[in-house]
Order: sequence, then C-alpha cells, then structure tokens
Amino acid sequence: MTMFLSLSNTQKARPRRFGYRISVVGAVSFLIIAAWTLVAIFAPYIAPHPVGDIVDFDFFGPVSAQFPLGTDYLGRDMLSRILLGARYTVGISLAAVCVACFCGVTLGMTAAVIGGWFDRGLSRMLDALTSIPSKILALVIVAAVGTSIPILIVTLAIIYTPGCYRFARALAVNINTMDYVTVARARGEGIGYLIRSEILPGIIGPVLADFGLRFVFIVLLLSSMSFLGLGVQPPFADWGALVKENIGGLSFAAPAVIFPSIAIATLTISVNLLIDNLPQKIRDRSEQ
Amino acid sequence: MSNLVEVRNLRVDAKTDSGRTVEIIRDVSFDIAEGEIVALIGESGSGKTTIALTLMGYTRPGCRIAGGKVTLSGREISNLPEHKRARRRGTEVSYVPQSAAASFNPAHKIMDQVVEVTKIHRLMPIDEARRKAVELFKALALPEPDTIGDRYPHQVSGGQLQRLSAAMALIGDPKLVIFDEPTTALDVTTQIEVLRAFKSVMKKGAIAGVYVSHDLAVVAQIADRIIVLKNGEIQEVGRTQDILHRPQHPYTRELLEAFEPAPHGRVVDRPVEPEKPLLVVKDIVAGYGRVDETGNPSVKVINKVSFELHRGKNLGIIGESGCGKSTLARVIAGILPAAQGDVLLEGKPLDRDLRRRSRNELRDLQIVFQSADTALNPAKSIADILARPLAFYHGMSGQRRDARIDQLLDMVHLPRSLRHRRPTELSGGQKQRINLARALAADAKLILCDEITSALDTVVAAAILELLKELQREHSLSYLFISHDLSTVRAICDEVVVMYAGEKIEQLSPDIMGSEAGHPYSRLLFSSVPKLDTGWLDGLEQDPHVLQAYSRR
Repeated sequence: MTMFLSLSNTQKARPRRFGYRISVVGAVSFLIIAAWTLVAIFAPYIAPHPVGDIVDFDFFGPVSAQFPLGTDYLGRDMLSRILLGARYTVGISLAAVCVACFCGVTLGMTAAVIGGWFDRGLSRMLDALTSIPSKILALVIVAAVGTSIPILIVTLAIIYTPGCYRFARALAVNINTMDYVTVARARGEGIGYLIRSEILPGIIGPVLADFGLRFVFIVLLLSSMSFLGLGVQPPFADWGALVKENIGGLSFAAPAVIFPSIAIATLTISVNLLIDNLPQKIRDRSEQ
Repeated sequence: MSNLVEVRNLRVDAKTDSGRTVEIIRDVSFDIAEGEIVALIGESGSGKTTIALTLMGYTRPGCRIAGGKVTLSGREISNLPEHKRARRRGTEVSYVPQSAAASFNPAHKIMDQVVEVTKIHRLMPIDEARRKAVELFKALALPEPDTIGDRYPHQVSGGQLQRLSAAMALIGDPKLVIFDEPTTALDVTTQIEVLRAFKSVMKKGAIAGVYVSHDLAVVAQIADRIIVLKNGEIQEVGRTQDILHRPQHPYTRELLEAFEPAPHGRVVDRPVEPEKPLLVVKDIVAGYGRVDETGNPSVKVINKVSFELHRGKNLGIIGESGCGKSTLARVIAGILPAAQGDVLLEGKPLDRDLRRRSRNELRDLQIVFQSADTALNPAKSIADILARPLAFYHGMSGQRRDARIDQLLDMVHLPRSLRHRRPTELSGGQKQRINLARALAADAKLILCDEITSALDTVVAAAILELLKELQREHSLSYLFISHDLSTVRAICDEVVVMYAGEKIEQLSPDIMGSEAGHPYSRLLFSSVPKLDTGWLDGLEQDPHVLQAYSRR
C-alpha cells in the first residue's frame, strides 16, 4: 500500500527539505480534500444553476444528462446545491475548528506551564463543559440565541474547545518536564516564549492530527444539526441540510438524498485517512 | 567440538528508513570456550550489543544477519527459523538486559516472572521451579531469598532487581548467558555486590558468559578475555591481563588512557586572596511537597547543606543516586525554591525562586544538564538555540549575533557548519558541547554542571573535561561539578563535597580521596570504584558494618 517516494535520492542537493515519505492513501485523500476546497471557493462559477431556482417540474428527478445528480424535492438542481453546500460545510467547519483548536491549544499549553490553581481551575471548568452532551448543548444554544452562521461557528467552537484543551495539555505536560524547558525557565523566560517557542514545536504534529480529527467531528455535528433544522437556513443548505430536505425521497431511491451523503462521507473519510497517512519525515540524514 | 560458541565472518546490516542499507557489523569472528567469560568492550555505536544479540539469533528490528555463521554448542543458530530459535533461547542461551527495571512487568510478582522460562519450555513442575529459583536467589546473595519472590518489582532495589533478572536468565540452565551492561545503571557500592554475585554464580555453574560493557574496570573483574570493538569491527582480542597491561592496538591504548583522566593541574602556591567567595550556600533545606510552619517540606531531600566556592575554583559534589546532589543544583539555580537557607552570589543574596531573580543574576549562574538529548529542543536549529541567550541577556541581533554564534562554536571546538543542523543530527559529545556553548553564551561566572559527562563514552567524556579546563583558563569561570564518577571529579575539582541521603558528609581535597578520607562513608565510596586490576574485586575488603549503615537498599 505504501509507495516510497525517497525524494532525497533525486534531490541530492537539498536532502534536508525533501526527506519525506508519502503514502498513496495519504496523497489520494489530500487530492479529494483539495478538490472540495476548490469547489467551496469557486462554487458560484462552476454551479450550472442558481441555488434557489426551481429548474425541473419533476421532483426527486433521476440522474440525467441535464441534471447529473438529479433534482431535489422542489425540482432544484442537486449538483448546484451540493457545490454551494460545500461552502457552508467546509467553511463553517473550518472556522469552528480553527477557533476551537486555537483556544484549546493555547489554554492547554498555558495551563501546563503555569500549573497549580490555574491549571486545576481551568481543567475542572472545561471538564464540566465536556460532561454536557454535545448535541444537546448545541440545540440549546441555537434554540436560545437563534441560528446564524457566526452563532453556529461559536457554538461548534465552544463544544470542541474542551477536548482540544485536554489533548494539548496532556502533550504539553510531557514536554514541560523536558530539560530544555527547564533551561529556558532557568534563563528567566516568560510564559509567552515558553509556550510559543519551546512547547508548541514539540506538540505541533499531534495537534495537527487532532485538528483534522476534530474537523471531521465538526462536519458531522454541523450536518446533524442541519438535519434537525437548526443549522444553515433555507434556501441555502449545507450537506446535512440537503440530506434532511430530501429524506422523503429515500423511499424512491432518489439521488437527491444519496449524493449529499456521499459528499459528507468522502470529505470526512478523506480527512481521516490523510491524518493517518501524513508524510513521514525520513530521519536518516547521513546521505553521502 | 571444542568451543561453545563459534562466530565466523559475521556481518549484520541495518536498513535506514530511507531504504539505505548500512553495514553495522563487519566480518567479526571469535570463539567462546565452555565456562569462559568474554567481554565485548567499545564505545556506544560500536556494535557490541548487536553482536551479543546475534548469539541468540536475534537482531533488532530493521537489522538482519547478512552473512557469516553463529554456532552455539555445535549447531548453527543464525539460519534457524524463528520458532526453533525460540526453543533454544532460555535453555541454551539467555540474556540479562541493562535495565532490569524496564524488563520486569510491574503488574506481576517477581517469582512468577522468574519461573516463566521453565513454564514456556516445560522444563520442570512449577514447585520444583520455585525451589530452584529460591536456590538461585541464595546463590546470588539476595536478602530473604524465601520470600523475595512474592514481592512486586517496585518493592526491591535496583541492584536486587538486576540480580533477580540474572536469576531469571539462569533458571533454564543455559550454557551461555549474555550480560548487556548489567551494572551500568547502578551505583558503585551496589555494583560491587552485583558483580560479586554474578561472578560466583557463573564460576560455580561453569557457565560461559558474554559481558557487554563500556567500562574496562568492571570488565577486568569478571572477564577471562576481552574483545575490543570499534565501528563494528574487532580491534583487538586478548586475555584480560594482556589487554590491560600490554595493549597492542592504538585504540585500546586510547581507551585505557581515557579511563584515568589527568588530575586537575592546580596552581601551586598562589597566595590566597582574601576576596569574598563567588558562591555561598548556607544551611539549605529543600524538598518536595507542602512546607510546614517550621520550614520543613513534607519530603525532605536536602538537609542543612552549606559550602563556599571561590572564583576560578571548582567544587565537586559526589554521592550516589538519590543523595540529593542534582536537587541541590536545582535549588541553587532557583528552579526548585529552597524551604530554608540562603544562596549568595558574590556576596549578594539571591532570591530562592528564580522568577524573582533579576536578569543579571540569572545570567551569572548557568546550569548545564546531564542529558544533552533532552536539554536541547529537537525542533530548533543549533543557531536558534545559541541565539536565544544572546538576544535574551545581551540584546544582540543580526550580524553581531551571528558572529558571536560562530565564536561560541569555535570556543567549544565545533565546526561552524553545524549551526544549521538540529540536535538530533549531532553525536552525544557534540550535543554536550552545544549545551556548554549555550551556558557560555550568557557570559556566566558560575556554571553548574549536573553530571554532564555521565552519558558519554569515556574517550568523549575525557575530551569534554579537557574543554572545560581550557574554557576555565581563558574565561575565569568557576564550575560546580556534580557527578557520581570519582575519577571525573578528581580530574577537574579543587575541593570535593561528599553527600549522602541529603546531607553533606564532609568536604575534602581530591588528593586525599581514597587514602585517608575522614568519614567512613567517604572511604566506602572511594574504595568501591573499580580499578583497572583483575584482582581488585577479589581483594577488596569493606567493613560490613559501614556497608550495613550506609546501604538504603
């Protein structure tokens, strides 16, 4: 399954930069993710029909040359709706995961470095947040405040920050006991330098893996919220909302319910596989 | 068939993760007779453990026996399939690892792990195996041999655990036992009893042994013959006496010379200047846990330690593991605030907590840690590591800083081209030099050296000591040198403080170490250091009462 791309052999002049081993699965997953990202950015230009337009008199239309992915319950073009839905699914999830990881990792590292009461207080507070079921919490917040894209992002970020905090703190605690952190401390460095310059480089690999995993969770939670009608509001729809709208077509085996599901699956599975198959640095540097 | 083990033209290859093949053992041949103990000696990376493991037909992951033959009691082991090799391991050949603590399962009782070999090979009924284990415990001079097997690994000491792992290796009546640096991690006083136990058991059973070590003095006590290795090749083979007294190969001579570094050349007859001492440590009490009203921490590690260090002089602190010497360095550096007592630098009291010390006070006192692997951030380049103290203490930037980094690399005798490398790409000695250069970057007056040569090979360690002396001559530095290795301390220090169980036992000049040290513990400690003499262990007599009093085993 693994292909060895020993680029260091072909690029003898600069082995330092290219000493990575890339697996096929990782490369394919990366291409799928990149394709969805491009779709999200350029959706309005490549979508054949406007998102809200009813273009077919038949609803739950089958796959045809004119409508490659069929039509939905109102006769709108599914391809256009999925292409534009990518914007919401990828965009909201990405924003939320960035906020969650930034807050979680920063707080986690700070707690590990400071320790003591700060660490204990913050940990218990975020543990309390973890103990509330995430879907219920999301439903309560959105039901109370109403739904809009910024609120969705903040809600998802709040839900996923504690996990990120726990993860980063556990890693940072290990790094924090290393002698080089003690040396920096003995030098008189402040907390900002310690977390940014000594601890972060040591945990960045696992944190990135966690970032990808959390992105998947957020896509799924966003989809399930939209499925329940609390996510992106009509006429716009993310992939979860598309599944929900067209669930009635399940009994007709309508492509309108199958294709958004496939879109969700390709994105989440690709992200997962990419994380498992990130390029590995080749440690052997003693090339002639 | 005359020899128990015959190794012929052995070659071992390793594959690196870029798919390149490296030859790590090249054309090695030797024999081991029945009941003979052969030592494999060499620095780290010389292939001594790899060769020892091939005697069991085992190679570490990524390695493979590429050529040659290993024959054990007349039958070849290197070409057998894995399940047939497994049948011979434990019954014909067995292994005692370096770290017994890491090779016992903490969740099972010791006895169950010791007799496991007999269960796997169905050698004898369980009751008989237990009886045999108890006999081995007695032969290895373990305390309470009848009940020690009922304890868990964490309930016995390191020296005892090492002997228990020998019992585990011996229970299947092997013809050959491989000892892989079994005493390297032990204190000198513990090492003696472990060595004695090994020697008597091996002699009694006429068992052949392979003893892997980097320490010539230890090997001299136990081995009949010595094989000197370097870069996977045999340099010299000879009887122990011959290797020690009539070495042929230049590399062997180098090893022997590095064993006893030249004593510190003291400046004689310089009038004692009545200047104030550079560092004064007064009645330090420190430890872990909550500090009560009387100023005593709940776990006391250091109890009322005081000493003085004068400018341009070096003070050694020696003691066995757990005596509080490293903690003392951390207390002086302020990493672990003391519960009581004062630290004065140039007459000015330093705050107990480094967070309340001024930047200049921090700069004057630098600490260098034992393990350069963990003391250098693997994610940063050498230039970044050296640049930070320059920017932090001296506000240097740009070209001035670059020039200073080059200077620092010159000072520690490293090529300037290393500045773009990362710590993982350097050897152990190079890393330790970078570690020193970082302390020099601060322009410190006092450097606390915490076991800085302990993780290095003797030849490399000797070079680091030379560097320290040279830097001292040129930059009027003072060192507080913490070590468990007496010859290292003797090589660099003007005064030595002996510590035991968190207390200062006495302070003396290194010249009189071993001869007429005042305190019985100092005498015990100094007499326990192995000497390059095959008869040393057998001739060593230590007062059993002192041994009893100072053994927290």
